[in-house]
Amino acid sequence: MISNYLLELSYLIGSVSFIAGLKLMGHPKTARKGNLIGAAGMTLAILATIFLHHTFNPLIISLIFAAIALGTIVGWMTAKRVPMTKMPELVSLFNGMGGACAALISIIEFYHNQNNTPSLGTEIAILGGMIIGSVSFSGSIIAFLKLNGTMKKPIRLPSYNILNIIILLITLVLAIYFAVSQSNFSMLMMVFAFALTYGILLTIPIGGADMPVVISLLNSFTGLAAAFGGFLYDNKIMLTGGILVGSAGTLLTLAMCKAMNRPLSNVIFGAFGGGSSSESTETKGSIKDISASDLAVLLAYSKKVVIVPGYGLAVAQAQHTIKELEDLLESKGVEVKYAIHPVAGRMPGHMNVLLAEANVSYDKLVEMEEINPEFEQTDVVLVVGANDVVNPAAKTDPSSPIYGMPILEVDKAKHIIVNKRSMSAGYAGIDNLLFYNPKCSMYFGDAKKALTDLIAEIKNL
Amino acid sequence: MEQILEFITVYREQIYFVILSIFVGVEIIGGVPTVLHTPLMSGANAIHGVVIIGAIHVMLNLNPEDTLALVLGFLAVFLGTLNVVGGFVVTDRMLEMFKKK
Repeated sequence: MISNYLLELSYLIGSVSFIAGLKLMGHPKTARKGNLIGAAGMTLAILATIFLHHTFNPLIISLIFAAIALGTIVGWMTAKRVPMTKMPELVSLFNGMGGACAALISIIEFYHNQNNTPSLGTEIAILGGMIIGSVSFSGSIIAFLKLNGTMKKPIRLPSYNILNIIILLITLVLAIYFAVSQSNFSMLMMVFAFALTYGILLTIPIGGADMPVVISLLNSFTGLAAAFGGFLYDNKIMLTGGILVGSAGTLLTLAMCKAMNRPLSNVIFGAFGGGSSSESTETKGSIKDISASDLAVLLAYSKKVVIVPGYGLAVAQAQHTIKELEDLLESKGVEVKYAIHPVAGRMPGHMNVLLAEANVSYDKLVEMEEINPEFEQTDVVLVVGANDVVNPAAKTDPSSPIYGMPILEVDKAKHIIVNKRSMSAGYAGIDNLLFYNPKCSMYFGDAKKALTDLIAEIKNL
Repeated sequence: MEQILEFITVYREQIYFVILSIFVGVEIIGGVPTVLHTPLMSGANAIHGVVIIGAIHVMLNLNPEDTLALVLGFLAVFLGTLNVVGGFVVTDRMLEMFKKK
């Protein structure tokens, strides 16, 4: 039948558009086009699935359209309205929705065909889609709540590693039993419940700084769940899309781990910033304060200033203020650059997006390897709302949880100014000896207000 | 043992597909600059929204009398759409920032 041929053709075009789209997204110039190509392929595949199907039931078709319309409105509005700082949790939320969708498909499919005995292949596909989809769903929701600040402290149940492994084993054993024995719906629900629990337990102990890695991991899980759906229906576009995201997502996860110099096993099994970090016994020295007017003079008469932006800058919505400061200093002949740590912000590349939003030009953002040798010729380093990425403990203190993470070597500069709201520890929950460095002065205050005051003082000079 | 071998034979096409897709995925991500990691993750997130095809498929084959299944199906299509639309729009918003000023 011609409609079947057309359906397969649209899936083929869709699959190619996913591959081409993702490839184009790997380069800053073509990235946006790549995303649009992927979206176009997806739209084609969705429309083809609805319109080229051989049965037609008005009730079902209208329900499908209602669901798509509702989802489009809600998804579009949420995605457009949420501020750029909230991007990571939004990605996590959407990822969870995909996982839930995959799990629901498996549940409905089983429920629908309860009376026929499914083949082993079908059972594997149903179970795989449901288990992985559920883990991805509950895990992503926890990740969302944690990044959102609703769930503040990492919760660590006693011997949670063993507990997690036990829950995972129970889920798998149940699933295998389910596949080989006479299965029924209530057993499927039991596997479902255990999978959801595992997703929660997997994410709950993980500390904030590691959250992007977990989101990326759960992202590839959802890809895998989608691929199981493709397996179930022998649907090639679900298979390509799913596996593509599964493998690309895994690689991306590993790349993120590499940027933080932490093995993936460490992220999942080891707690970040736990109570185990040893208190430093050496004398820390004292902390110096600097006023806005003194800092204004220091900056205005410098030759070269490097700004180290962190998440604190983004939270205070100070991207535009920092850009104003940059313009002002440049008008006074000061060379200004931004040092971007690979994990600045909440995700790799997050800080670039935030600064780009404030019109900071792309070539002013210098990556860590390139800026590190430049610090020796830098007069002032202005650290705004960053902490762990400039913590010298990563290089000097083997007992520190961030030991081994590459950092921005700001202590080589002539002056270090740190803007922070208070003396509280960073995201990893550890003290920063940089603040006690004799070259370092603290400029306390909310990033936006502090920078606005500073700009006013420079203008008064 | 025979069952496993039979399984591989029956699903050989899909298995080839999966293996080749894994390599394509790895190939695509290799050498991407760190700055693009977040948008790329978000883009990949939108693409696994392809799971919505499965949700639509399930809906189309349901018995219109079966209310519970219809409700669950509706929910699945809704969540899938959120994943697809939200994912692509967020990614586009991120990438918009990178365009030449």
